[in-house]
Amino acid sequence: MVQALNNALALELESNPNLVVLGEDVGTDGGVFRVTDGLQTKFGKDRVIDTPLAESAIVGTSIGMAAYGMNPVAEVQFSGFLYPGFDQLISHAARIRNRSRGRFSCPLTLRSPYGGGIKAPEHHSESTEAIYIHTPGLKVVIPSNPTDAKGLLTAAMRDPDPVVFFEPLRVYRAFREEVPDEQYSIPLGQAKVTQQGNDLTVISWGSMFRTAIEAVQQIAEAERYSIEMIDLRSLSPIDWLTIHASVQKTGRCVVVQEAPLTLGLASEIMARIMEKNFLHLKAPVQRVTGFDTIMPLFKLENYYLPNAERVKQAIRNVMSF
Amino acid sequence: MPLEKLYDFSISRLSILDENGKVDHRLRPTLTNPQLIDLFSWMTVLRIFDDKALKLQRQGRIGTYASSLGQEACTVGSGFAMKPQDWTFPAFREHGVFFVRGTPLVRVLQYWGGDERGSKAAADVNCFPVSIPVGSQPLHAVGAAMAMKLKKKDAVSIGYFGDGGSSEGDTLEAMNWAGVFQAPVVLICQNNQFAISEPRSLQTRAQTIAQKGIAFGLDCLQVDGNDVLACYKATLDAIEKARAGKGPTLLEFDTYRMGDHTTADDSTRYRTKEELETWRKRDPIARLRTYLMSEGVLTPQLEEQITADAVVLVDKAVQEYESMPAPKPEDMFDYLYKDMPPELAEQKRTFLSFLATQKNSNLEKKTEGPGFP
Repeated sequence: MVQALNNALALELESNPNLVVLGEDVGTDGGVFRVTDGLQTKFGKDRVIDTPLAESAIVGTSIGMAAYGMNPVAEVQFSGFLYPGFDQLISHAARIRNRSRGRFSCPLTLRSPYGGGIKAPEHHSESTEAIYIHTPGLKVVIPSNPTDAKGLLTAAMRDPDPVVFFEPLRVYRAFREEVPDEQYSIPLGQAKVTQQGNDLTVISWGSMFRTAIEAVQQIAEAERYSIEMIDLRSLSPIDWLTIHASVQKTGRCVVVQEAPLTLGLASEIMARIMEKNFLHLKAPVQRVTGFDTIMPLFKLENYYLPNAERVKQAIRNVMSF
Repeated sequence: MPLEKLYDFSISRLSILDENGKVDHRLRPTLTNPQLIDLFSWMTVLRIFDDKALKLQRQGRIGTYASSLGQEACTVGSGFAMKPQDWTFPAFREHGVFFVRGTPLVRVLQYWGGDERGSKAAADVNCFPVSIPVGSQPLHAVGAAMAMKLKKKDAVSIGYFGDGGSSEGDTLEAMNWAGVFQAPVVLICQNNQFAISEPRSLQTRAQTIAQKGIAFGLDCLQVDGNDVLACYKATLDAIEKARAGKGPTLLEFDTYRMGDHTTADDSTRYRTKEELETWRKRDPIARLRTYLMSEGVLTPQLEEQITADAVVLVDKAVQEYESMPAPKPEDMFDYLYKDMPPELAEQKRTFLSFLATQKNSNLEKKTEGPGFP
């Protein structure tokens, strides 16, 4: 996924002269995960900018650049370090179009690694997408695989509004996959049904989608359930049509998220499913989530993170209701 | 009206022990021979500890680790100037202060080994835990200092940050508040010249970081951060001044990070061997050793003993770390609130009963993926 993202950035830097990449260590170092590796050498220091260590300034100046007609792609080194820039993102990036009644806009892409599972130190492993999904005016994208990552990042960079683009750390180098060489874009707001099924819908995103696949493969072999799988990809806007169509067909649903239980995106998905599909449901919708705890340091992180066993338990609960 | 000059400012730099081990006797702090040996011993412990921790990380026995290599004088020297009632608010490269102030070495291994119990300071050690979000903790130091002043305590607060942290708004706000409220605080910038890959020149066009305090009305001083006597004296003077109710100080310890940012970093990508060699000649331990040898305070036999003792201390910590039972999985629920809300208690019960159904309930070592970069 690292290479796919690097490729998307390189192609867009080439084709859009207004695009700049900025952040801490994105230039000489090529990013701490090497997502921006080689870009400064190729495109120069004016377009791939190593900034002082100040997240508020990274987001705040990006807003100014964006308003003046550029397409800043800002990197915040970890989503856990985004909070100093939070005020800028929430109070300004998300609101400038609305506040100026459409006169100004903020075509900003904010990239940040997120999520657990790689034995990182404190503040490097949280799943905080709900906060941004909850903020009107922002779009939120989380890819689960390299091919989607490239197409979705390209779409984010071309989007006229601010997009928070979270890159699941656990997927960065987890597996290899052939990614098309050419530039392509996957529209935001479209989920992907990766597997059709009739008994149950499993919804997830980011690295949890891979955990969900693992669980579904194990359980489908053992118990012959026909399971439909939806990779949300875009969390705001969200593809409700795909979700409702699937649940109306299967009548059962399990949502898997890495974030804490309370007020996560899974809560919203369950509420909407209940509102729209009440009479189609054969069982209460279940969710598998992190706990309402602080993400523990890595000796305990695997106890916090939903795993295939927990997903299978939820699937069995729904199927045997 | 003419253009008149209102104020003129200057920044001084303190250095006492030069890189050849020569001391400026006019500036030398009053330290007894056993105290000088203590300084040397703690710096030796810190270096051996860091070396061991890097090896443990490579063998997968701890996680990502941030070494103090080259910066031993900063933390040992400043920590040595603190009294037990003083409070320390560290960033993440200040375990030298932890050690000098009485934190068992094993805690630091636990912390970087991914075990929260490593963050628990001993009851008589007034050190806040490691703070990872850059530049966030100087404000805590200032707040504690304001409380010390309000409560009329004979205590001083010491907050650390780095050259990278000097660019964060919170750090500048901390300086401002320290000045406005004349808080008994010492803010120490360990300027090790790099924020991961970014050189100090990328953080600010100012000639020094020390001068940033001028705008907030602080007393400011740059200090040779590889000179333990200067680090000690500058901190002691600033602490005594604060204790006497004479306000805050900003100290810039001008030093160099000889190792990578952390074990997740590769510093050969952004700096030259030549630069490293220049700084190697300024090694903080070597110059103290030369000085103490020339004074007859340190002898080869004593040095051998100090090194042997340090190795034993570090090995004991490693042994203790590795023989310690793993943290209990339910620990993640137990420290969020003083009184656990019923709903959280329910989550904990569900979690434990799920765990009990698992054939393999030890999930600790199963972390997948490539590891922290």
